[in-house]
Amino acid sequence: MELLQLFFFYLVAFVAILSGFCVITCKNPINSAISLVMTFFCLAIFYVMLHAPFMAAVQIMVYAGAIMVLIIFVMMLLNQGSEVVSRYRHAVTGAFVAAGLMMVQVIITIKQGDVSSTVGPINSEVIETVGHTELIGQAMFTEFLLPFELASILLLVAIVGAVVLAKREV
Amino acid sequence: MITITHYMVLSAILFSMGTVGVLTRKNAIVVFMCVELMLNSVNLTFIALSSHLGNMDGQIFVFFIMTVAAAEAAVGLALMIAFFRNSDSIDVEDFSLLKW
Repeated sequence: MELLQLFFFYLVAFVAILSGFCVITCKNPINSAISLVMTFFCLAIFYVMLHAPFMAAVQIMVYAGAIMVLIIFVMMLLNQGSEVVSRYRHAVTGAFVAAGLMMVQVIITIKQGDVSSTVGPINSEVIETVGHTELIGQAMFTEFLLPFELASILLLVAIVGAVVLAKREV
Repeated sequence: MITITHYMVLSAILFSMGTVGVLTRKNAIVVFMCVELMLNSVNLTFIALSSHLGNMDGQIFVFFIMTVAAAEAAVGLALMIAFFRNSDSIDVEDFSLLKW
């Protein structure tokens, strides 16, 4: 059972990394967008494996649904096609070196650290008896009430800003 | 046994791939999608640590990151439309109006 879980993890991780690679290499932006949707689905599977089903649902609805539809809509609107010119070769090399160094550094740091033990009360049994959505709601409307209200103001400002920016004449 | 390290290494890999995309791609929308990829890898770290530590705070953070990403998507794409209307291009190398 444990081995099967690990195998499943590696399978989904492989698909996530492969589709992430397609996002950064595909010449046509639409293909990149579809690959990104695939990555989002893989991440949603990971959220389910981490006992966070509500976050998985939100991930699929908000990211794979709303945000990607918005991006693809804008792509269709601008009607850009594939890109023909690429950056200078040394810039690409520099980018790969910088990102690779960062990845190696982060992975070494993660491997060096000791895994701490559980500190909070919420484990998989609590999530199953109380319910994940209920736990999120409890935390959000008691401890994080002020950030929640501020997020609503942020969304309002974003709506108004998007309309004003995209309007032909203000 | 899937440990926390597995998830963190995976999200480090995804974050680096997002960085490569941001630094190498020229289409502004693709750059934008790579930023979304980076945000999502951070979300994975947050949820993995939240589940490992038995604490809900990480998942609330992910919720707010998603809110900010949605706002960013709306405003960023509106900016791109406005820029495309002015210069008929969404190539990041043409975003140089403030350069002198």
